[in-house]
Amino acid sequence: MPERGTHRQLGAVPPPSAPDARTGAAAGYRPGRTLRLRVELRRQLLRRRTTLAFGFLLLLPLLLVGAFSLGSDSSGGNAPGLVDLATRGALNFTLFTLFASTGFLLVVIVALFVGDTVAVEASWSSLRYQLTLPVPRSRLLRQKLLVGLGLSLLAVVLLPAAAYLAGGIFFGWAPVQLPLGGTLSTGTGLARLCVIVGYLAVTLLFVASLGFFLGVCTDAPLGAVGGAVLIVILSNILDAVTALGSVRNALPTHWSYAWTDALADRIVWSDMAAGAACSLSYAVLLLAAAWLRFARKDITS
Amino acid sequence: MRRRTLAAVAAAAVLLLAGGAAVTALTGPPEVTTSDAEVEAGPEPSGEAVRLATTTFRPAGRGVLPAVLLAHGFGGSKDSVAGEARRLAEQGFHVVTWSARGFGGSGGRIHLDSPDYEVRDAAALVQLLSTLPDRVAQDGPGDPRVGVVGASYGGALALLLAGADPRVDAIVPMITWNELGQALFPQSATLDELAATPAGVRPAADPGVFKKSWAGNLFAAAGRGGGPPGCGRFDPAVCAAYQASAAQGAPTAELTALMAASSPARVLDRVRAPTLLVQGESDSLFPLREGDANARGIAATGTPVRTVWYGGGHDGGPGETDRLRELTVDWLRTWLRPGPDRPAATPAPAFSVSVVTPRSDGAPDDIAVRTAPGLPGASGAPAPARTGLPLLGPAQTVAAPAGGTPATVTGLPGLGALAQLGAAATAATSPPGGSALFTTAPLRAPLRLVGSPTVELRVTSTAPDLTLFASVYDDPGDGRSAVLPQQLVSPVRVAVPAGGRTVRVVLPAVVRDVAAGHALRLVISTTDAAYALPSDARTYEVSLAGDAALSLPVVPTAATAGRSWLLPAAVGAGVLLAVVLALVVLRRRRAVPPPDPALLDVPLVLQGLGKTYANGFQAVTDLSFRVERGQVLGLLGPNGAGKTTALRMVLGLLQPTSGAARVFGFAVQPGAPVLSRIGAFVEGPGLLPHLSGRQNLELHWQSTGRPADQSYLAEALEVSGLGDDLERRVGTYSQGMRQRLAIAQAMLGLPELLVLDEPTNGLDPPQIREMREVLRRYADTGRTVLVSSHLLGEVEQTCTHAVVMTRGRLVAGGPVAGLVGSATALVLDVDDVELAVRVLDDVPGVQDVRRTEAGLTLRLVGTPRAELARALVGAGVGIDRLAPQRGLEEAFLALVGEG
Repeated sequence: MPERGTHRQLGAVPPPSAPDARTGAAAGYRPGRTLRLRVELRRQLLRRRTTLAFGFLLLLPLLLVGAFSLGSDSSGGNAPGLVDLATRGALNFTLFTLFASTGFLLVVIVALFVGDTVAVEASWSSLRYQLTLPVPRSRLLRQKLLVGLGLSLLAVVLLPAAAYLAGGIFFGWAPVQLPLGGTLSTGTGLARLCVIVGYLAVTLLFVASLGFFLGVCTDAPLGAVGGAVLIVILSNILDAVTALGSVRNALPTHWSYAWTDALADRIVWSDMAAGAACSLSYAVLLLAAAWLRFARKDITS
Repeated sequence: MRRRTLAAVAAAAVLLLAGGAAVTALTGPPEVTTSDAEVEAGPEPSGEAVRLATTTFRPAGRGVLPAVLLAHGFGGSKDSVAGEARRLAEQGFHVVTWSARGFGGSGGRIHLDSPDYEVRDAAALVQLLSTLPDRVAQDGPGDPRVGVVGASYGGALALLLAGADPRVDAIVPMITWNELGQALFPQSATLDELAATPAGVRPAADPGVFKKSWAGNLFAAAGRGGGPPGCGRFDPAVCAAYQASAAQGAPTAELTALMAASSPARVLDRVRAPTLLVQGESDSLFPLREGDANARGIAATGTPVRTVWYGGGHDGGPGETDRLRELTVDWLRTWLRPGPDRPAATPAPAFSVSVVTPRSDGAPDDIAVRTAPGLPGASGAPAPARTGLPLLGPAQTVAAPAGGTPATVTGLPGLGALAQLGAAATAATSPPGGSALFTTAPLRAPLRLVGSPTVELRVTSTAPDLTLFASVYDDPGDGRSAVLPQQLVSPVRVAVPAGGRTVRVVLPAVVRDVAAGHALRLVISTTDAAYALPSDARTYEVSLAGDAALSLPVVPTAATAGRSWLLPAAVGAGVLLAVVLALVVLRRRRAVPPPDPALLDVPLVLQGLGKTYANGFQAVTDLSFRVERGQVLGLLGPNGAGKTTALRMVLGLLQPTSGAARVFGFAVQPGAPVLSRIGAFVEGPGLLPHLSGRQNLELHWQSTGRPADQSYLAEALEVSGLGDDLERRVGTYSQGMRQRLAIAQAMLGLPELLVLDEPTNGLDPPQIREMREVLRRYADTGRTVLVSSHLLGEVEQTCTHAVVMTRGRLVAGGPVAGLVGSATALVLDVDDVELAVRVLDDVPGVQDVRRTEAGLTLRLVGTPRAELARALVGAGVGIDRLAPQRGLEEAFLALVGEG
């Protein structure tokens, strides 16, 4: 193991090749080729937090299966009914898993995937080296956002997929029993599940954008992820204050559970449409703010 | 092109705004004019002439309009519907209101919507409209285009008029009756066959139970005025029939005939006017079964019907006034068009219900509107499927007290909020032994109840007949009191043979979501304070019969589309606009300004660069210097001099507050492509701790997107000297190893300008020596190095040129030899001082020779020390020591102002 570096090879290197005359860039450099998605994806996939998060999502359905087989059957209370129906079959189990994960788990995972993607680079001090490559600032944001959203989407798809498999293996492949009465065939049920996953992905866009904006503003990844989760909790608390009346409709988490409207004999679209519009509006605002902030920000990390 | 895109976006935004403003301006309500008139109507049986008071409402300045007759409710007059009339007129209708005979300013007596009096009066008003062709649209000679709207008493009139007069084009009857006999003497025991509709009842022939409190209230409402005692403005024949019936608790033959004549049920098969039928879920006077029967009857002939069950009714409940107004106007607009423009069938949805969920916190009830394509069992839609919920409970004996008191209090007619009290207190107000109870198991899944459950019972009685009240409670089963939805009960009065009989009971029609875990509780009570009860004491035995189950209609419903698409559409447009704008802005920013042609070959020029932070701290002030190709330039200064800030500005990480940096002639800005020709190491390494050293370098190079053969990875790895450690996680590295890896990373691709900030921090002496050599060799390849340091010796030994900064300002600059020379003194210990002084006089570059106690001191500019030593030794001077004086460092400190 050499104690110090050597420089024999430096003597043989050719002089620098001619730069691009118009932009002054080094030969071979093109802004549109910097930090390609597959490179950024590799950077994220090699991280332990990514593998741990996905591992947990795969494990959760098994934990739930265990919990259901341990606990005695005590149907009661006026829960939305998905709990009571959870062990009816694969699809009911999947729906329950989603119901249990909508409020917090998926929020945390999405906040983690999208919220820390910029802040963690700042905390590793690698952000400044990325920017001096240079990866243009808006491109850096775009690539990181796309990969973060891609991983989030994968998580939102992976959880029901794992739950469906686990539910099928342990509880059978029965058709969906609807909370408001009636059943759906497995085919229709799967189609509804796709609608639900799609809606969840759209509503979580708010969480993702919020985390992303905070991640651009702070150098502490914990601040970005925790901040996003805190604001979601705050929104949930405000949503519980019925005195706020229709103001609550504008709260980003007010429509989180509107996907349960896909569990009627005919899908009820109005609340989901409102929820999607609400989430998209916040997402556009927050992402625009993130871009504006980052475009001319002093990088001091 | 770019400008054109921007203009298009701006134009779209302006158009949207202007459109919104225009719509707002145009939709303000028009002015409404009113005119009163008296209309001659048919005489009373007594021969008394009758004139009706009418008012016409029209939007000002409008020509020919479709007409609407707006009828009032029982006890009201044309004044009580003036507000609604004005609203309808604002929507572009010629609206006529009038006081029915026996009410308000009109003459005559009350005949309870008799076809010979009230209905004929309304037909006369239609006739009148046909004489106004310049104001009211006409479908033909003598046939005005007219709709009839009314609630309760007015609603029945609308139905009866549509059945009697084919000129009526659309009707909106609300909360009204189908058979007045069933409304006032309801019978919920049914024939064996069930009605096809969810709330339908085919009552047994036995006369029902007198709804005494509602009937009493209604008669009291008209009980003032002349005529026989207690009859008010009622027609004497009607009054007498009512009084006789009320006294015996069952309708007399006269009253039965009279109520049949006043019942829409009689004429439904002749109604051709499309009907919007609104019935209230909170209505114990004209419950849902009445509207259900009207809808079934009209739809049977193929006439378009839309059925709306809303949350309110005669008992109060949520009003939903705005929604009902919208529905009404929509219905009238649809069907009061010229004939060819009318739709061929009922526009969907033909059936809607309001699912009302009361809230415990006192806030307004939650109302969710759910729809179905049609009322099941009507208009050709299939009858609802039925599902059975098994009931549990033994045969029970219940007693009816003599005189009918104490009685169960369920609802108080017309007292909305107060009636809720009755529901909560039911358990307490039901006399002991007066009710039988059967219950289902807790529900496994939530249930939406739409319509009437039914149940089959076996009953015996100590009397030849029996009077019972059946109801279904929603029982949370957790200790909280059970709730009777809308306080509705189903009265049953049937004859009972000695051995008992079975009877099927149709329970009250409701719309309610029952949560999972709740049970349904069937309560059979012998008394109800709102009804006339048998006066003798008796006992009944009640037990479950048939399949011992509650049979529930299953009505699939969904949410209305409504206007909910408006918000998403608006948001969608906004999002699209934002994205387009963002793309345009980003495209503009990507343009690279042209370089300064004179500086194309100069690696770095700083021109008056300055940085003042937001808190007012001036980190760098007016900094200007050049770095030429092939130089190793040292940026020298004590800690806090602003070196790192300056380098960050050179790299486009910080925005200068004044001046500019140019790299190879191109102005530096965030993400400027020319930065690709700089390799940087600033303020410590930035490595991914979970990856190995090699993975770090590979990923870093991949991030540039440049070809792998330009990376010179091997050369960089050789410089790092990490060997096998390259395969270890960076997190396990020592500080020096990280430092070397980061410098190697900066060297990837062998950039033309290498910027290193304090590169020797954390390195040990052999590594420092090697680093110096690397930098020198690097510059020899035609590239340039800018290295910052706070150590003078470091710069002196590594660099060809240097600039000195302190407190953010440049204080000196030039070749290192000159810089160092100007500040460097040597100490010389020799055996022969005199000879040495003479020799020194001849050596070029020697200045300022002084004798001190320690020996000789001198300054040497431009001549290597070895040259000096050779000259002295050649002249025979013996040298003990030739060394830099300690004052060297002091000289530097003097330069930077900290001495």
